[in-house]
Amino acid sequence: MLDLFVQFCQMTVVLAAAPLLAGYVRKLKALLVGRRGPPLLQPYRDLARLLRKEVVLAESASWLFRAAPYIVFAATWVAAALVPTFATGLAFSYAADMIAIVALLGSARFMLALAGLDVGTSFGGIGSSREMMIASLAEPAMLMVVFTLSLLAGSTQLSYIAAFMQGPAVGLRVSLGMALVALVMVAIAENARIPVDNPATHLELTMVHEAMILEYSGRHLALIELASFVKLLLYISVIGCVFAPWGIAVAGQGFAAYLAGLVVYAGKLAAAGLLLAVFETAMAKMRVFRVSDFLGAAFMLGVLATLLLFVSRLA
Amino acid sequence: MVLEALLVCIAALLATAGLGLALVRRRAATVVVYAITLLATAAATSLGVAALLSPAPTVGPLVLPVGLPWLGAHFKLDALGAFFVVVINLGAAATSLYALGYGRHEEAPGRVLPFFPAFLAAMNLVLVAADAFTFLFSWELMSLSSWALVMAHHRRAGNAAAGYLYLLMASLGTLALLFAFGLLSGPSGGYPFDAIRQAPPSAAYAAAVLVLALIGAGSKAGLVPLHAWLPLAHPAAPTHVSALMSGVMTKVAVYGFVRIAFDLLGAPSWWWGALVALVGGITAVMGVLYALMQSDLKRLLAYSTVENIGIVFIGLGLALAFEANEMPGAAALALTAALLHAFNHSLFKSLLFFGAGVVLGATGERDMERLGGLIHRLPRTALAFLVGSAAISALPPFNGFVSEWLMFQAILLSPALPQWLLKFLVPAVGALLALSAALAGACFVKAFGITFLGRPRSAMAAQAVETDRFSLAAMFVLAFLCLLAGILPGYFIDALAPVIQSLAGAHLPRQESLDWLTIVPIAQSRSSYNGLLLFFFIALAASLAAEAIHRSASRVVRRSAAWDCGFPDPNPATQYTPGSFSQPIRRVFGSVLFRAREEVRMPAPGDATPARLQVRMRDVPWDVFYAPIARIVGFVAERLNTLQFLTIRGYLTLVFGALVALLMVLAAWQ
Amino acid sequence: MTGSLAFDVAHLLAGALVLVSMMLLYQDRMTSLINIFALHALVVSFSVAWQAHIQQAPHLYITAAIALVIKATVIPVVLHRIVVRLQIHRTIEPVVGVGLTMLAAIGLVALAIMVMLPITAQAALVAREDLAFALSVILLGLLMMISRRNAVSQVVGFMSIENGLILAATGAKGMPLVVEISVAFSILVALIVIGIFLFRIRERFETVDVHLLHEHRGEQP
Repeated sequence: MLDLFVQFCQMTVVLAAAPLLAGYVRKLKALLVGRRGPPLLQPYRDLARLLRKEVVLAESASWLFRAAPYIVFAATWVAAALVPTFATGLAFSYAADMIAIVALLGSARFMLALAGLDVGTSFGGIGSSREMMIASLAEPAMLMVVFTLSLLAGSTQLSYIAAFMQGPAVGLRVSLGMALVALVMVAIAENARIPVDNPATHLELTMVHEAMILEYSGRHLALIELASFVKLLLYISVIGCVFAPWGIAVAGQGFAAYLAGLVVYAGKLAAAGLLLAVFETAMAKMRVFRVSDFLGAAFMLGVLATLLLFVSRLA
Repeated sequence: MVLEALLVCIAALLATAGLGLALVRRRAATVVVYAITLLATAAATSLGVAALLSPAPTVGPLVLPVGLPWLGAHFKLDALGAFFVVVINLGAAATSLYALGYGRHEEAPGRVLPFFPAFLAAMNLVLVAADAFTFLFSWELMSLSSWALVMAHHRRAGNAAAGYLYLLMASLGTLALLFAFGLLSGPSGGYPFDAIRQAPPSAAYAAAVLVLALIGAGSKAGLVPLHAWLPLAHPAAPTHVSALMSGVMTKVAVYGFVRIAFDLLGAPSWWWGALVALVGGITAVMGVLYALMQSDLKRLLAYSTVENIGIVFIGLGLALAFEANEMPGAAALALTAALLHAFNHSLFKSLLFFGAGVVLGATGERDMERLGGLIHRLPRTALAFLVGSAAISALPPFNGFVSEWLMFQAILLSPALPQWLLKFLVPAVGALLALSAALAGACFVKAFGITFLGRPRSAMAAQAVETDRFSLAAMFVLAFLCLLAGILPGYFIDALAPVIQSLAGAHLPRQESLDWLTIVPIAQSRSSYNGLLLFFFIALAASLAAEAIHRSASRVVRRSAAWDCGFPDPNPATQYTPGSFSQPIRRVFGSVLFRAREEVRMPAPGDATPARLQVRMRDVPWDVFYAPIARIVGFVAERLNTLQFLTIRGYLTLVFGALVALLMVLAAWQ
Repeated sequence: MTGSLAFDVAHLLAGALVLVSMMLLYQDRMTSLINIFALHALVVSFSVAWQAHIQQAPHLYITAAIALVIKATVIPVVLHRIVVRLQIHRTIEPVVGVGLTMLAAIGLVALAIMVMLPITAQAALVAREDLAFALSVILLGLLMMISRRNAVSQVVGFMSIENGLILAATGAKGMPLVVEISVAFSILVALIVIGIFLFRIRERFETVDVHLLHEHRGEQP
């Protein structure tokens, strides 16, 4: 019963912390370029404001356009709830298969791309076609990273991987370094961050994610924004749980361990947010067709990491 | 008992073919023929299920006094055959149900009605055949009846050429299988499969048989580079026949390959697995990339079949590699993944073709550039097509994801393989599998999005009307099965266990006793997947969100023009077309694989002609394999043609020369 | 897994060298290419220094210092100056696209591993993996030389081959200081000669693009 409660806590933590993380990154980016920036809690206010507004639907929009935000949000939230954040081995951890998590994010992306095409404008088409191109390279790269981790840990379940990475058998391996770099590159691409996509842009030539959701307003837009915040949190949690697993409580260690795990998790989020803000401020956005080179490099790194493990099981 | 009943169903189908021929002038012929085939195939499905689930699944061999006089016709139903009987007849039953409604659109029923039941009967005969002659006879019957169906609308542009190419490739495949069975039967001519099993061939012959089986079965299934006929022939046939050819006949080809490679050949060598997996991987990626470049909906679906067959052969190759290295558990996993994917594919590909048929019937268009906005006009069809698209893109909680997941787990078991080439090949094939899965998602966003979403791009699309209830029923049955196989995969894996046991010598642990209906392919500590739980969570999360939103948010919805950044364009031609949707992917992958080049011709300033964008692509397998062979054949044929026009003295010289040559051979032999 | 931290770090540095070689192949701007080459030399010097530490071979520290000073500092600075002085075109065009080059790179790494690991079956695991990685670096350097149209990038590729040789030699535990000094001097001489040649070529032909230079060979019909 306690396990179930802790799992439920994780689901709410993930949901509640996501807008705060987004606001924190935004504030840091502003500070780094010398502006004051919006308040930390601004994303919560933005979501509340969007919820209060009416939804303006295009005349050509169908039921899929109205249903997509819910499915996108649900799939992303479920995926994020399965990733161990402050504790592993929770009640539904055996469903936390990494390939399933990647595929859940794929479902969300599928529905969002369809919603982009639904209204029948050229902006939606731009967003959907570019998003699917990025996905066609980012998803295999992510899967190769999953392969590398699973070959090392002997399982595709995140709890086992996290437990393995905390244990002594892991060592400093080249494949892990390559997998980390590849995962970071994929995370940047999937979360529509600079240098792949600009989350704050208003120019259609530079849009991918923003173009797909251009027609959304009101509560639908609130759900989609919340889903994108949760997705960022998910990727940071995965990187933290796999490559920086110290401090994650194991199930059954008691309340104090969970609390300590929460504090460490908050610290990881803060550190990752800082790194992301610095990285985004330091880089410029790439041309769309350079993104394929970027993600192709991530894919090659993933393949190389898997190859090295396959061949020697040591590197 | 089961086998006899199955043979009765097959006989009923053959009789229906005759009935179709007789009744073709009557208006009720369509309904009668399809109703009988529906009943017969439904009966066959239940017989197959009963045979599969029974504790002693092998029945036979039954020898009938037809066919070759000293051989008879052997029939046998074992676990493998029973599984494929279920797959084939389930697809056929759904198709018959669909055709009850769709068949009314048929403009030339006399060309379709007699051959449709014959096609079904031939496919079933292949599955129960237990000797080489019956197998090859049924295989040829299958090819011929499907060719007749492809040529049903032979006056339409391109269909005759498609049928010709199909006949050529089918003949090539049968020739390869003929040689394969010849080598298997050996000099003593032991055609029954039992005799072949007793006398496995030596390593060299076995290698030749495997390559021949790969060519023969692979050309029917659609492996690159033998796939060229598939995207031409499958769309040329009437839609329900396309669904059968893509969803079901390709599975018969898979059955043929599995029967030869896993059953009749005995112990495999390790490099067989490498070859099959590599061919499968290349097929998967090439197939989906071709599909992405299409704007004809049915050709897109046909190329997508090529991709999925590639995935099945990846699994089969892995299973062969594991078996050669005596790892039966891993072989069982790979084989389960492959066969489950074959089953899943027959479900969702039939569903997608049915949807394409409805669109074709409602709008008269196959070209996606003239469709759009059909989700408003054909809402139920759109929902079913959406389920099929999500399933084929391997998205949880549908069934496509389960078989892909199992295949990934099999790849993750591969580092234990000792051979170096396998050690490098398997992660490469894994990368190809991951790439093809991601590209399939893009392909079906395009297929569903351009066809059903957006605004209608032509008048016909704007006036489409929803189809009849039989077609809808067939689609929804298949969609429901896709969801069921995704949520409760454990039962399907357990049903496959006797097949896997007979072929690989081991099977996956029994799934139905696990908590919450999880599936665990190897061990609990290793990996597990729970489709039901994911589905439940997603539904719960979505309902929670909906509930919370409805309580706390504004509920107002206002319809207005699209925002479109303030420049809404009333012309639906400004939407993305299928070519423009796939342009980024074409730039990334196509410039290498298809030599895709884009050319923009801008008019001079002041010139009022429009700018032109031209995309040039080359079909590399066609240019490398088919065109040279066609040229060589043409060259040789032209040279040999002079033999038709010799004088009498010339012919006499030929006869004399042949006689002298034979006498010399006889003398040399002494 | 031999489990000791020493071997782990050695592996990590060797693998990082392979990674930096692949990054060299990915670059399409001259400045970043030279900077990544400096990183390459830096990783080699760290790797040699670590080997010096675990093998208790102090003369390898000198090798590491030479690599650090000459290859990671002096040569990149000289190359930067050459690029600026000769006003060399700053973009590097690969002969085949970046994607195919990277695919070929992966194939070469796989090939190097496939060749080296079975051959050295008797040696210690550390040496085997180091040799496999070193061969990869050499092959990737060669790939860089043949797949770029620009003379400066060919020079960089040549020097990365030399780094791979150093890795192999230190990993196999036998590199007398004399050999290292002579090799380093020869590299320096080669660089000076190449620099002079580049100057002269640039003066004569206004370009160092080897593709364009090819037309001036004497044997054209």
